[in-house]
Amino acid sequence: MAGKAEAANGGGVKLAAMKPDLLPSNTPFFFRSLKLKTKQQELLIRVVVLGLVYILAFITRLFSVLRYESMIHEFDPYFNYRTTLYLTEKGFYEFWNWFDSESWYPLGRIIGGTLYPGLMVTAAIIYWALHFLRFAVHIREVCVLTAPFFASNTTLVAYFFGKELWDSGAGLVAAALIAICPGYISRSVAGSYDNEGVAIFALLLTFYLFVKAVNTGSLAWALASAFGYFYMVSAWGGYVFIINLIPLYVLVLLITGRYSMRLYVAYNCMYVLGMLLAMQIRFVGFQHVQSGEHMAAMGVFFLMQVFYFLDWVKYLLDDPKLFHAFLRVTVTCAIGVGAVALGVGTASGYISPWTGRFYSLLDPTYAKDHIPIIASVSEHQPTAWSSFMFDFHILLFLFPAGLYFCFKRLSDATIFIVMYGLTSMYFAGVMVRLILVATPALCLISAIAVSATIKNLMHLVRAKTKVVQSVTGKGTSAKASSKASLDQSLPFQRNGAIALLLGAFYLLSRYAIHCTWVTSEAYSSPSIVLAARGAYGNRVIFDDYREAYFWLRKNTPPDAKIMSWWDYGYQITAMGNRTVIVDNNTWNNTHIATVGRAMSSYEDEAYEIMRSLDVDYVLVVFGGVTGYSSDDINKFLWMVRIGGGVFPVIKEPDYLVNGEYRVDKGAAPKMLNCLMYKLSYYRFGELTTEYGKPPGYDRARGVEIGNKDVKLEYLEEAFTTSNWIVRIYKVKPPNNRW
Amino acid sequence: MSRPPSIFVTLATILFIAIRCRSFSPDSPTDRRILVLLDDLAIKSSHSLFFNSLQSRGFEFDFRLAGDPKVGLQRYGQYLYDGLIIFSPTTERFGGSVDGAAILDFVDSGRDLILAADTSASDLIREIATECGVDFDEDPAAMVIDHTSYAVSDTEGDHTLIASDDLIQSDVLLGSKKIEAPVLFRGIGHTSNPANSLVLKVLSASSSAYSANPKTKLSTPPTLTGSAISLVSVVQARNNARIMITGSLSMFSNRFFRSGVQKAGSSMKHTKSGNEQFLTELSKWVFHERGHLKAVNVRHHKVGETDEPLMYRINDDLEYSVEIYEWSGKSWEPYVANDVQVQFYMMSPYVLKTLSTDKKGLYYTAFKVPDVYGVFQFKVEYQQLGHTSLSLAKQIPVRPFRHNEYERFIPAAFPYYGASFSMLMEKLFCAIDLSVLSIF
Repeated sequence: MAGKAEAANGGGVKLAAMKPDLLPSNTPFFFRSLKLKTKQQELLIRVVVLGLVYILAFITRLFSVLRYESMIHEFDPYFNYRTTLYLTEKGFYEFWNWFDSESWYPLGRIIGGTLYPGLMVTAAIIYWALHFLRFAVHIREVCVLTAPFFASNTTLVAYFFGKELWDSGAGLVAAALIAICPGYISRSVAGSYDNEGVAIFALLLTFYLFVKAVNTGSLAWALASAFGYFYMVSAWGGYVFIINLIPLYVLVLLITGRYSMRLYVAYNCMYVLGMLLAMQIRFVGFQHVQSGEHMAAMGVFFLMQVFYFLDWVKYLLDDPKLFHAFLRVTVTCAIGVGAVALGVGTASGYISPWTGRFYSLLDPTYAKDHIPIIASVSEHQPTAWSSFMFDFHILLFLFPAGLYFCFKRLSDATIFIVMYGLTSMYFAGVMVRLILVATPALCLISAIAVSATIKNLMHLVRAKTKVVQSVTGKGTSAKASSKASLDQSLPFQRNGAIALLLGAFYLLSRYAIHCTWVTSEAYSSPSIVLAARGAYGNRVIFDDYREAYFWLRKNTPPDAKIMSWWDYGYQITAMGNRTVIVDNNTWNNTHIATVGRAMSSYEDEAYEIMRSLDVDYVLVVFGGVTGYSSDDINKFLWMVRIGGGVFPVIKEPDYLVNGEYRVDKGAAPKMLNCLMYKLSYYRFGELTTEYGKPPGYDRARGVEIGNKDVKLEYLEEAFTTSNWIVRIYKVKPPNNRW
Repeated sequence: MSRPPSIFVTLATILFIAIRCRSFSPDSPTDRRILVLLDDLAIKSSHSLFFNSLQSRGFEFDFRLAGDPKVGLQRYGQYLYDGLIIFSPTTERFGGSVDGAAILDFVDSGRDLILAADTSASDLIREIATECGVDFDEDPAAMVIDHTSYAVSDTEGDHTLIASDDLIQSDVLLGSKKIEAPVLFRGIGHTSNPANSLVLKVLSASSSAYSANPKTKLSTPPTLTGSAISLVSVVQARNNARIMITGSLSMFSNRFFRSGVQKAGSSMKHTKSGNEQFLTELSKWVFHERGHLKAVNVRHHKVGETDEPLMYRINDDLEYSVEIYEWSGKSWEPYVANDVQVQFYMMSPYVLKTLSTDKKGLYYTAFKVPDVYGVFQFKVEYQQLGHTSLSLAKQIPVRPFRHNEYERFIPAAFPYYGASFSMLMEKLFCAIDLSVLSIF
């Protein structure tokens, strides 16, 4: 337990923390056999608790399966599912070399080189393993349950990480907290088959192994962390967080004078091997040596060598004066060489500058001004306070307390978790989706707070029992007050401790209730099947998306090209099995802007664009009948912005009236006649959606539409789902006689 | 009507249709059965020369009065005719199920139409023409008048009988034999709608012509003047249905066919007008006896292979070939031209090559796939005046290199190869060292 010794040495005030540790070893002082037994009991309890947490983490994520069915959720998971299917059917090499001609028509997409294969390979390996064991499961079931399975594994890692940071109690609490934390559940419910489901496990594993390597100075742990990093790189683009956080951490240790051989071994091994391994992922390639985002790690790597070299020189040179002169020269040279290398690399284009996504992380307003396509995604919005509360609940209050405990017992490991917590909290504030990255840190730090507090309180409650009895034995005589102040405060302290324990218990149970409620109400909806409450409180299911995709699959020619806004691209290819113009892999802004332009143009102009892209069908999502608010009309301004960003003929003010976006009679004329409006509201004016409202009353926006007499010239309605959520139009061939 | 005969009739009709249907097929595109709608059955005899020339070429006619309530273009969803001649300029409405929309549907199904209007053409006829991109003069009494290139006749007349020789220059439309004599025309003029790119003026009026009512004095300048006036126009629709529209019914008449013609200002007197030759040749074109191309056997494969791949790789060398034949009226003959081009197209052409031909109908070329991946198309867009337009598009994805198709050893990596081998050597020596040591 080198780590623990390290932690104990590093701590300033260790009394409070150490005593609980000593408790189990103190009690069985009389009996040697009993000592073993207690330890075994403790181990048994620990294992049982961990096992229960493991199961809990899995089953709490099954709400969606029980309530709907075993299905893939949302948008990106459909792509992952499709690629996994391909991988299991065609094998790894075909997958690796896959050129997909069904998306991004006519550009195509090199799937093998533009994805993080970790998730698919993981699911495929699970699938093959199950089949090897003669469990004939369908790949979809494997995909659906991959995220919960890895969430369970994350609890194990959290336990060991907590143990490494603090003690096994904190580890258990961390495992329990992370098992049900909504911030994590939001991305790992059954069916949410996305990179993050696996990546959080990989992230935490890498951090744990690295901290372990720093604590032990062991090459083996560093190697393990390099492999953890490799898995992370293969699974999610968020690995950039690791490759920047770890150098930052190392830099902080260097600055605070905590440089040690352990750190040197851990970082160098992890960096060099991790980098080499990461280069094996085609999508990442040479970014570790060529991209600006990875340069910090390289800089710190060289800095480590300089430190080591200086240490060696210091050892050789006895004269401190000479050494200082040498130090000055070396540091100046090193910094100079580094700066020149960076400058030359950047100027020659060898080192690519930071990408827009990276900038938008550092500067939350960057995306809004420069990259509308990033800003248009709801999960890229800055986080609202309410969603912090929603996703973290009591962790938000326990986090500062945990930081306090970490600072009280400062060690290499706690410095790491503090840095991880603070940086990830910042990023969580910048982007909603990065709450996910902050969740493990918050759980760990909060676990330290909970564990340390409860241990202290329990210590008070238990250890003072005798003293308290003696105090009560003396009664409430006036003499008692003249006793030492310590004794005097004891009854109060014990009761207070009990009260605080009850309070902690109450808080934690509220947390559990909150988490379950959030999971059940907010995060278990597949979003491809919509549920609403009917007039009598019954549940109404809108399965329009699948209806539409199934229609496409069965009724359109196999080589038909479907134009839709990019949100639905993955679903159309995965479920409809048809070629799409743009999809959720937003790699080509111009192509998306072309679609945005078509949607925001008049019908005849749009027709030209659609002809040039060989579009056969246009698909729009419309919520006016059901009151489904995330439909294309509500997303329309982003189409205008993205289209206008590339084609200046599209101007946002043309679609607004006094800066206001509206679809009723007062709407801008261009808005009332653009393709998106026409396709959404075609024949809607004839429909009465709500009792007591005029026909053409849009329930999603609560207005009567402005253009009820929509005439289509170049398109014709092909299919509208039962609740009008998806509408599909066929692009007519050019007029025969004109 | 008793039951058995009606069943018999039905069966016979079905049989009839079944046989008839076979007559129009992609294999022999020439029309066979033609419905003629007339105002007056007398036209059948007064225009018999025109009909006879068609009949002698193998066409079958079904003459009907335009108002005949039994007339119908299709039965049980099958068209009964391959072509339609409307010689009923004054009909306000057709009989039976036929109306303007039905006729346009007939054309949109790939069948052909000859539409002859005349002065006081009905709105129905005008509407059909308008839908085909041709606008007749709106004044119902207007005729084309030309005071310089009229046909000289015994009486001075009002110069509405026009002798025009302003023909389109196209062997495909009008045959290879030059039409010497001017074509006689008396009727209403029209213009082609500028928005329509498919209308071709075959016979235009001279620059001194105008369209007005010859009986009244010209009070306002005529709206249609000069060579903007078209006398005979043809349209080839996108599905290769062919339409001929003219403002003169009498130009098809026996009288015009037989009459001699002398153009005003010209001393040459032709014993026979050009009408017969002009209209016969044009009807050959309209009914697909000429100028009909087909492209078959589009093939492409890598050089040295014969099978068509599902996908190409960038920088592959490929061969492309297509066979193009022309219908001669009886059989498919090889089409010979030196301007057929193929595009390798993805949003814009990346490769544009003229195909070489072996004069036996085969067109071929070879080129290298560009260094760009994506979903390409082999596109042949062949649009020649008079010929049916060939528009072939064949989709083919082009993929990048697979991971193992790059060069195996690159010079830049030699230091690393060296490093790995030196490491190997070192390990080997270590092992030898140890083993040697262990011996001692």
